[in-house]
Order: sequence, then structure tokens, then C-alpha cells
Amino acid sequence: MVYFSKWKIILVLAVVALGFVFATPNVMEKSTAESIPTWLPHKQVNLGLDLQGGSHLLLEVETDVVIKEQLESIVDGVRVALRRDRIRYTGLGVRGLGVGVTVRNPADLEKAVQLIRDIDSGIEIDTQGNRIILNLTDDAITERRNNALAQSIEIVRRRVDETGTREPTIQRQGASRILLQLPGVEDPERVKRLLGRTAKMTFHLLCETQTAGQGRVPPGCMELPDADTANPNSGGTYLVRRRVAVSGDRLVDAQASFSAQTNEPVVTFRFDTLGGKRFGDITRDNVGRPFAIVLDGKVISAPVIREPILGGNGQISGNFTVTEANDLALLLRAGALPAPLNILEERTVGPGLGADSIAAGKVASVIGLIAVIVFMILVYGLFGVFANVALAVNMILILAALSLFQATLTLPGIAGIVLTIGMAVDANVLIFERIKEEVRAGRTPISAIDAGYSRAITTIIDANLTTLIAALILFFFGSGPIKGFAVTLSIGIVTSMFTAIMLTRLLIVTWLRRRRPAALPVV
Amino acid sequence: MKKLSLVPANTKIKFVGRRKLFFMFSALLVAASLALGMTRGLNFGIDFEGGIMIEVRMPEAGRLGEMRSQLGNLGLGEVTLQEFGSPTDILIRVQRQEGGERAQQVAIDKVKGTLGPNVEYRRTEFVGPQVSEELFRDGVLAVLFAMTGILIYIWFRFEWQFGVGAIIALAHDVITTIGVFSVTGIEFNLATVAAILTIAGYSINDTVVVYDRVRENLRKYKTMSLVELLNMSVNETLSRTVMTSVTTLLALLSLYILGGEVIRGFSFALIWGVLIGTYSSICLAVPLLLYLNVDRGTEKAADNTPGGTPQAEAEPGE
Repeated sequence: MVYFSKWKIILVLAVVALGFVFATPNVMEKSTAESIPTWLPHKQVNLGLDLQGGSHLLLEVETDVVIKEQLESIVDGVRVALRRDRIRYTGLGVRGLGVGVTVRNPADLEKAVQLIRDIDSGIEIDTQGNRIILNLTDDAITERRNNALAQSIEIVRRRVDETGTREPTIQRQGASRILLQLPGVEDPERVKRLLGRTAKMTFHLLCETQTAGQGRVPPGCMELPDADTANPNSGGTYLVRRRVAVSGDRLVDAQASFSAQTNEPVVTFRFDTLGGKRFGDITRDNVGRPFAIVLDGKVISAPVIREPILGGNGQISGNFTVTEANDLALLLRAGALPAPLNILEERTVGPGLGADSIAAGKVASVIGLIAVIVFMILVYGLFGVFANVALAVNMILILAALSLFQATLTLPGIAGIVLTIGMAVDANVLIFERIKEEVRAGRTPISAIDAGYSRAITTIIDANLTTLIAALILFFFGSGPIKGFAVTLSIGIVTSMFTAIMLTRLLIVTWLRRRRPAALPVV
Repeated sequence: MKKLSLVPANTKIKFVGRRKLFFMFSALLVAASLALGMTRGLNFGIDFEGGIMIEVRMPEAGRLGEMRSQLGNLGLGEVTLQEFGSPTDILIRVQRQEGGERAQQVAIDKVKGTLGPNVEYRRTEFVGPQVSEELFRDGVLAVLFAMTGILIYIWFRFEWQFGVGAIIALAHDVITTIGVFSVTGIEFNLATVAAILTIAGYSINDTVVVYDRVRENLRKYKTMSLVELLNMSVNETLSRTVMTSVTTLLALLSLYILGGEVIRGFSFALIWGVLIGTYSSICLAVPLLLYLNVDRGTEKAADNTPGGTPQAEAEPGE
């Protein structure tokens, strides 16, 4: 135990040296660290959102909506197909995760099934008497949901990028969730506002009879509310044709600007070729009639078509404020979400609190470190100094490991480091106390140190492994900041075992060789 | 140089002899904790209960009363306000709103609208009903898994009697920690669960060190009475136990006093954990071995000990 082979000495020193090298970028300015060539260690510790400030949002995609839409489109498909072939039916509608329809004449059943089969490849067809039941297959449902989620992630990314957020993290979580992390965002309200809208825009013609709000809605029409509810002069609702004249999918660009006539904020947009042509056809055929611009089920504007709009460019004026016009343009550019998003969890930390937390964490770590260092010297003298060198190196190794693995340092993570400061000396305390006992039992210095180390080591490993078990379980179950605590605690345990066992031993053995003391300074 | 000595050499404190006192004290603590946990309950944070928490810094102090009445009149149910570390920092907690996830956002907007633009929003946290349920379930699972994991490890490394003793001491620490949170009304949140797991790790760490010595002495002194042997083991490791507790407490006190308001509850839990963990390893885990029918290490039993025999490598090479 007292003997150190040459390669072992080199190994210990190499680990310490590497620790220094990988920890070094952290004492530099961020810009300096970034200018280090990539083949050199250049990574700084990754600060969590609770330290650097920012927003953590957990979103849920309401994928049920997509399934419902799918079922409704199957209903439409069945209606069209059966009508085309003049098959009389009854009771057509969505039932749970399927669609049901009853054919009036049993002779038509086979033909009807044949027609329905062609509508959608993802359905299973069952018949019960004259009733045909269409169920979406599990695979089809899963695929729909997955597509909706993937598409939502893409749209969220585009919208967030449009807001100019630097380095957002957008991750899929589970079957229907998106984790969004926005470092440095002080005002997540705008992002939340933008994500809270699906932004599905459609252009519809209005129905001829505008007796909205009273009586029955004519077939092929639907009643939609006016988006501008604050406007007391607005009619409240519009009767709009169900058929979509042009869909917002066809938009290729949208910008906020000001109307040349009224100087009010407006949103100008441009269709792609096909959309532009369709828009041109419709406006040409309906000059003098009103049409509705519908966003998320509300009519934002219902102007009268004055002349055919042929270039594929248009303009929406809807009593917008400048912010509203900017947001709408952004949403139209980024595209519509396939389904609404819900915010399940939000954690936003302002930059002020983050900076305060870092400052407080630094002070607490330094004072804690000094207190432990002084105490160790008071109790163990020179051996205390050895333990303190190991403690300092341990701090550097933790920093190096955090930078190397790009683990995230959070506020509880700092707490983990402070806790490690207190517990890291435990291994040395165990060894030194054991050495004391051996000296009291009458051993010579070398023999006492030898016995102290070898006897304490199993205890140290046992004791540290149990803490490591707790830390690892915390890592797998914890979320966000708490994971950061588990990370620093785990790293701290591993590095402290190395420094306490290998490094202090190297120091003590070197001292022992040079001085050849007659008595040990621990006792 | 004269060195500081917290524990004199060769102490002979009869810990095991006073076991009845310790057992009664601990039984009382555990019973009180369970009773409190059931009647008074815990002050669950939004992590586990859902709801909204907003920390604001006001431009000037002394507006707490005014804010309380303003926010209380919003019809958001229970709204609590408290100073948070300084008179200008105020922590606002709004109960979970009825009506799904969207209703929560509406409530946040209302609060922010009422407070106006002249306050600094230091922290806005909102946890919806779905997520809070998941976090609670994960928290409970984490504690259970950690305790099982530790139990399995102890069972592999020692005889089963030690595992039972360690897990009783551990359960004692966890239950009384929950009791302390119930008494003080300190917010019980995700960080608290992390603290409990750390306490579990620390407490076991302490227990393992003493048990290691017990095992070693069991092999060394085959004829010594168990009470005497246990006492000796505790006393031999006493100065280490005290030293490590002191260094850990020094670091944690620094964190508690200087680490900021956000993690004060967390550091408090850890400080309590170090104290109760140290107490339970000495005063519960060790005396419990008396009742667990510890194998007095006939040759055969000692050889069958899983995890190897430290004696083999403990031979000093002079």
C-alpha cells in the first residue's frame, strides 16, 4: 500500500492534469472559450435554465383532434361515395374510434363495402347485418398521432425560430408531448401566445342569406363568430360556406405592413402558384360578393371582393394592433399546427434570479469549502492539508467532468457540489481515523498508514456505493433541476473516491519517503 | 501543533445500554410523524399539487397587503402571498384552477395583468394537473426504488440481519423527515424528494461504516458479549462519525445561510437528514442487531459471508 508503481503515479498525475485542462475554459470569458480551437478542450459548463434564466415549457399535442378530424373526413368520404352510387343509407356518423353507417337495402351492402374500402387504407371494415362499421386500425392511429406530433414539432420550431430565440431546445417526449427549452427568454408570454394558436387559415365564400344568429343554418353553411368580439358594431357571427375556397396551406409568405389607404396595420400574403390561381378564379367569379378569412374557426375579416385578385397576393385588414399583425404574419409564415397545443408545465426564471442564484451558489460553495479546509487542518494538521489538496482537486475534477460530458449545472446541482465538499473528506476522515487507531495500537508510521488505507478501503467503497445508488435512482426519476443535483452528486462521489484514495495516498507516501518521520502528525 | 479533537480517544460510551431510551424516543418520533402526516398533512408545493407560483420583485417594499387584496379579488380561489428572502421579493402562490390546462394560463395572465409592468418577474412556475400527478408518482417510486436498491446492496455485502437493521434505521429517517416537514410547514416539493433520497444515502453511508466495524470485530472477538462488542464498534468509529457529520454540516450550513432563498428548504432538509442519520446509525441501527440474531461467526459462517473477507487484504505488509 505504501509502494506506488511508476505507472500508477503517472496515471494519477495524468488524471489530475486532464482535470485542470478540461476545467480551464470555465475561468475564461465565454467569448475567449469559444475562440479556442475545437481540438483543444473548449467546453464550458452548461448552465441550466434556473441559473442562466429562461423558459421551460412542456407542451401536449391534442392528437385526439387529429383522429377526430380523420374520422370526420371518413364520414364525408362515405357520404360522397354512397351518394354518387345512389346507395341509400342511414345513421352515418362517428362512433368512438370508428364510423358507422347502415345501408337501407341489403342488396347494396356488398357494393357499399367495396366503395368504402377505397376511401382510406387505414380502416378495418366489419358488418353487422346491414350496418357497416369502419374502425381505424391501431397502426393507422399510431401513425396519425406520430405524424401530428412530428409536424407539430416542426411548426413549433419554425415559430420559435421566427421569434429570434437563440439556441432553443425542442424535444419529443413520449407519445404526444414536446419539451421546449428557451434559454434567455425573458418574456415567454409571446411564445406562449404564439403556441396557443393553431393558426389554421381558410378562405370561404359567405352564404347568400345572412340571417346569422337566428333560425336554422342553411345546408352547406356554418355559423362562425367574429374574431373581433371587442368591436360592438360587429355582427357577432357570420354564415360561411362550409366548402373551403382556398386553404392557408397554400400561403408561401406573409408580412405585417401598413395599409396604403388607411394606414392601419395589415398582413399581406402571397399564395403559391396553385393557390394563386384558385384565388384568382374565385375572386373573378364572385366580384361584388363578400368572402370570409377564417382563422381558427373565427372570421377575422369579411371584405367584399371589389375586383379579381390575380397575382396571388392579398391583404388582410382586421382592426389589428401592430403586435397582432406581426404575430399573425409570423403564424401564417410558420404554418398551421395540425392540432392545438396545451401547456402542461411552465418554469420560467428571469435573468435576475438566475444571476443571484449563481452568485449565492458561488459564495456558499467558497465559504463551505473554506470552513471544511480550516476544520480539516485544525483536526489533522499536515494530513489535513493533504486531504484539502485532494478536496481542491476534486472540485476541479467535478468541473472538468461537467464540462466534458456537457452535463447541465442547475441550482440543486450547486447544492450537490456543496454537499460533496462536506462528504468528500469522509473517505480521508475514515482513513486518518483508522491510522490513528493503528498508531495507538503501537504500529510504526509506515505500517500504520499501510493498515489504515487497506482497512478503510472496503468501508469507503461500501459507503460510497450506497450513496451512488440513491443518486443514480434520482437521476433516472428526477426531472430538470433535480437531475442536475443527481449528476453533480454522482460525479462528486466518483471523483472524491479517486482523490481521497489515490491522490492523498500519493501525497502521503511521497512525504513519508522524503521525511521518514518517527511519529505521524495525525495523532 | 496542538490539534483539535472533537471526540477523545478511547471513549467508552454505553450507547447500546441506553437502547430502550433511544427506541422509545424514536418510536415516539415516528408515531408523531405518522400522526402529523395524516392529520396536519404536508404543505405540498405546486410540483405535486399543481398550480401557479410567481416570484416578483417589487420596486418598493411594503405593498404586500395591497397586493394581497388585489390578487385575492381576482376570483382565482386561494391565493397566498409571502415575503421571500427580502421585503421587496414576494412569492405568490395561486391554487390549481378548475377547467384543465388552459384555465391555468388564463389565471397567470390575470395575475400578471393585475401586477402590471413595473414589477420584475423573477420566476413563473406552473404545473398542470397531469404533470403534478406524474411527478408525485415518480417521486414515490424513486424513494421506494432507492430504498430497495440500498437494501439489496446491503444484503449482498452483509448478512441479512444487517440489511434489516439498516432499512429500519433508514425508514425511521425518511418518516421523521416527513414529520419535520409537516411540523414546520416548509414546502414539500421535488427538491424535498431529492433531499430525502440524499438523506437516505447519507444515513446508510453512516450505518455501513459502523456495521463494517461490527463485522470486523465479530471476527476478531469471538467470545466478547454482543452488547460489549457493539458498544466497542460504535465507540471506535465515533470520532469518524462525528468528524464527517461536522464537515458535512459545515458545508450545508454555508448553503443554508448563503445559498439563497430558493434552496433554503432543500438545505434545511439535508441538515436535518445529517443529524437524524447520524443519530439513527449509532442509536438504532447498531442496537437493533441485538434483536436480529446476528451470526456470531463460527468459522463456517465467516467464510460464507458474501462479498469477500476484508481480513485477507487487511494483513499489513511491513
